[in-house]
Amino acid sequence: MIPLAWYLIFSAALFCIGLFGALARKNAVAILMGVELMLNAVNVNLIAFWHYYAQMRSTPYVHGLAFTTMVFVVAAAEVAVGLALVISAYRRRQTPVVDELTLLKG
Amino acid sequence: MNGLQVVFLLAALVSLFSAAMVVSARRMMHAALWLVLTLMGVAVIFVTLQSSFFAVVQVLVYVGAIAILIIFSVMLTRRVMEDHGDQILPGWRAAGLVAGLLFAIIVGFLALWQGFTTMLVELPADADNLLDLGQALVSPQGYALPFELASVLLVAALIGAITIAVDRKEDQHG
Repeated sequence: MIPLAWYLIFSAALFCIGLFGALARKNAVAILMGVELMLNAVNVNLIAFWHYYAQMRSTPYVHGLAFTTMVFVVAAAEVAVGLALVISAYRRRQTPVVDELTLLKG
Repeated sequence: MNGLQVVFLLAALVSLFSAAMVVSARRMMHAALWLVLTLMGVAVIFVTLQSSFFAVVQVLVYVGAIAILIIFSVMLTRRVMEDHGDQILPGWRAAGLVAGLLFAIIVGFLALWQGFTTMLVELPADADNLLDLGQALVSPQGYALPFELASVLLVAALIGAITIAVDRKEDQHG
């Protein structure tokens, strides 16, 4: 017996903390951590609305779960490629700080 | 206030606190470990939503794989700015403003929605039927095409990650 509002406020707060991390951190790995927080907030939202919709229809409802599965898969792919890019950039430029990756700057 | 609400509030507070530590911790390794705690808290939130499958997947995929991947990257990219130097951009106040405004806007709009205060009651025991989910994921009437696309995406991402991160000698001077 938990209000839906609690889940939505929780996931909005988690999303905004992640957004702050992605916007304000200098380290590229920390930015990816912020993105992970945002993806987790989205998953909480999806599962909360899956529960809400299953309760409203009072029948088992599988589509919300299938969509959440896709988000998990895409999150895993995203973090694998992102961290590989960070490591590759670090190997060439010796820094994980996004401010110092200025090769394209005129 | 019943037991489930107490569990939810505890998990939510732990998750939000450790998420705040993730974005503010000075040392990257500490941030990565706080991230693990956040992901565990979100797994507990999934349990309170009666989605035990995704709680397990959360622990396996996020805590088991993604957090380890992040810890590896932290260890591979250390050396500079470990203890000294700002970890945060000079414009962090603007970022905080954007995040706070977005939070206010989201909650404000959600509060207008009449379903916002719905109580989530306990679903029947077969609500997250894994058999149904598994069959829906591979049936042509269900999600077979997105499922296969996701598989191809994962393979492409893993091959791409290996290609990008591999240590080639001729690239060292780049």
